[in-house]
Amino acid sequence: MHYLFAPGLLSSGPVRVALLVGTVVAITSGVTGVFTVIRGQSFAGHSLADVATTGGAGAFLVGVNQFWGFLAAGVAGAALMEAIGVQRRRGRDVATGVVLGGALGAAALFLYLGTQRTSVTGASFTILFGSMFVISPDTVPALIASGVVALLTVAVLARVLLLSSLSPELAAARGVRVRLAGAAYLIALAVSVSLSAVVIGAVLSTALLIGPAATALRVARGPARAMAASAAIGVAVTWLGVVLAYDSYYWPPHGHGWPVSFFVVVLVVLGYLLSYLPRPGGRPRAARRREAAHEAGHEAGHEAGHEAGREAGREAERDAACSPA
Amino acid sequence: MTGDLLRLEGIGVRLGGRQILGDVSFSVRPGEFTGLIGPNGAGKTTLLKVILGLQAPSSGRVLVQDSARPRRGSLIGYVPQKLVIDPDMPLRARDVVSLGLDGNRLGFSFPSRQRRELVRETLRAVGAERYADARVGELSGGEQQRVLIAHALISRPRLLLLDEPLANLDLRSGHEIVALLGKLASEQEIAVLISAHDMNPLLSVMDRIVYLAAGRAATGSTAEVVTSEVLSGLYGHHVDVIRLHNRILVVAAEGEPVPAADDKAVVLDHGAA
Repeated sequence: MHYLFAPGLLSSGPVRVALLVGTVVAITSGVTGVFTVIRGQSFAGHSLADVATTGGAGAFLVGVNQFWGFLAAGVAGAALMEAIGVQRRRGRDVATGVVLGGALGAAALFLYLGTQRTSVTGASFTILFGSMFVISPDTVPALIASGVVALLTVAVLARVLLLSSLSPELAAARGVRVRLAGAAYLIALAVSVSLSAVVIGAVLSTALLIGPAATALRVARGPARAMAASAAIGVAVTWLGVVLAYDSYYWPPHGHGWPVSFFVVVLVVLGYLLSYLPRPGGRPRAARRREAAHEAGHEAGHEAGHEAGREAGREAERDAACSPA
Repeated sequence: MTGDLLRLEGIGVRLGGRQILGDVSFSVRPGEFTGLIGPNGAGKTTLLKVILGLQAPSSGRVLVQDSARPRRGSLIGYVPQKLVIDPDMPLRARDVVSLGLDGNRLGFSFPSRQRRELVRETLRAVGAERYADARVGELSGGEQQRVLIAHALISRPRLLLLDEPLANLDLRSGHEIVALLGKLASEQEIAVLISAHDMNPLLSVMDRIVYLAAGRAATGSTAEVVTSEVLSGLYGHHVDVIRLHNRILVVAAEGEPVPAADDKAVVLDHGAA
């Protein structure tokens, strides 16, 4: 017999560190992720995480705290992608792919050498898949400070990024330095991804970056609300993940807790799937568009007094019906 | 002081060794409605980019309020060609208009009643209050166009540039947008410069036409510019100008470029007459 909120949960040191750092990381990733999704840079975000793996593995090899490795490699990767041309539509995937491939090759070497030299088992696992329960308390201030810096950067850039994603041309015409803003954002993204690499691992940090943001963008209206919802979803899945992982020590096979990253990622995916459920009182978007199209067509037909309006309405209706919901 | 809001003097643009624009000169006065007309590929968008400062001309200069280095951001409002906006884009119509105030600046903005009122007022001015809370990605082409015009208007520019706003619009929405722009020009003294491949929807509101073909421009009233002599000179081959009901058709021998009159529009107008 045990309780999900086991009596010792909050008095455990590692759990308290996990909850504190997890909260900061979830908020940073949630807010940053909204722009990653809007800007269509999910692949770049994921690749930065993989690039961070190289840094984490390198740091492990030389015996430095992994976060500094994640951070250094992530920021360097962002700068390299920017230099190759990650902001050009055509260059985006190429720039990301090239940097990604090179970095993963180096990561393989570092991990191999690292595990050969030391006898720390599970280090590769921690770098790749993370664990909130092994965060050293000494790094907590640095983690929080990095999170705050990334968050502030994104907040200050928010309006400019929104305008640029609406239309880069329009933003440029208004005097926005679109490329510079994009580069600054990419650096903030690298910092954010390095943070979540610490919490749920380099490979899985995409989940915390993209999942809550994509879910929030489906349900929330307005940019401020989308950012708040994304951060809230991130915090919720992180906390729930910690609680479940702590509880999983009682689960089979006995004596070993399940990885906390697993719970976080599963909850993120579940949350996203839930956003596809029909909302109470709300109609699916496609139906709303079909109705609007029908209305417009009817009005136009009435006013013009000939077939054209109704024809236009039918056309719009067809468009609405054909386009994916 | 010449009283001109915008003056182009001998603008030429070479891109990748190709002469896009030759020697384009014209001026726009406050509150004037100017149509920038020409076939696809005539350099209309390039010319608008030069005016916006996004494309440096290889010759000539642009003066805004007699200044060669104007503060374009506050003087010129711009509505780009139809945007492709994802329905998941979290911006509502009101957010897009609000970005017209300070979307080009770094930093935070906090919601205030003043800002909300101004946004609502601007949406009302373009007839878009009804869908203020809808996501822009879910709006129709005509509705998006209105929202983008509101976005451009909220910073109270003296000149409004629109790039092919009537392309992709059904005839009725097109008429409504033209009427709205005509009203803005006459009532609020905002000069409007609008590019289009078909001049017909603009005939009732245009004060001046800038006809662009083969990199050159002819400017004046519609009656002065849209004649067989002037246009044949511009195109470098013979074109006929046919005035039919209240429409103008520019016709060339087969295979020669002229602005394509919108097929659908011709059929519809015939039906209405």
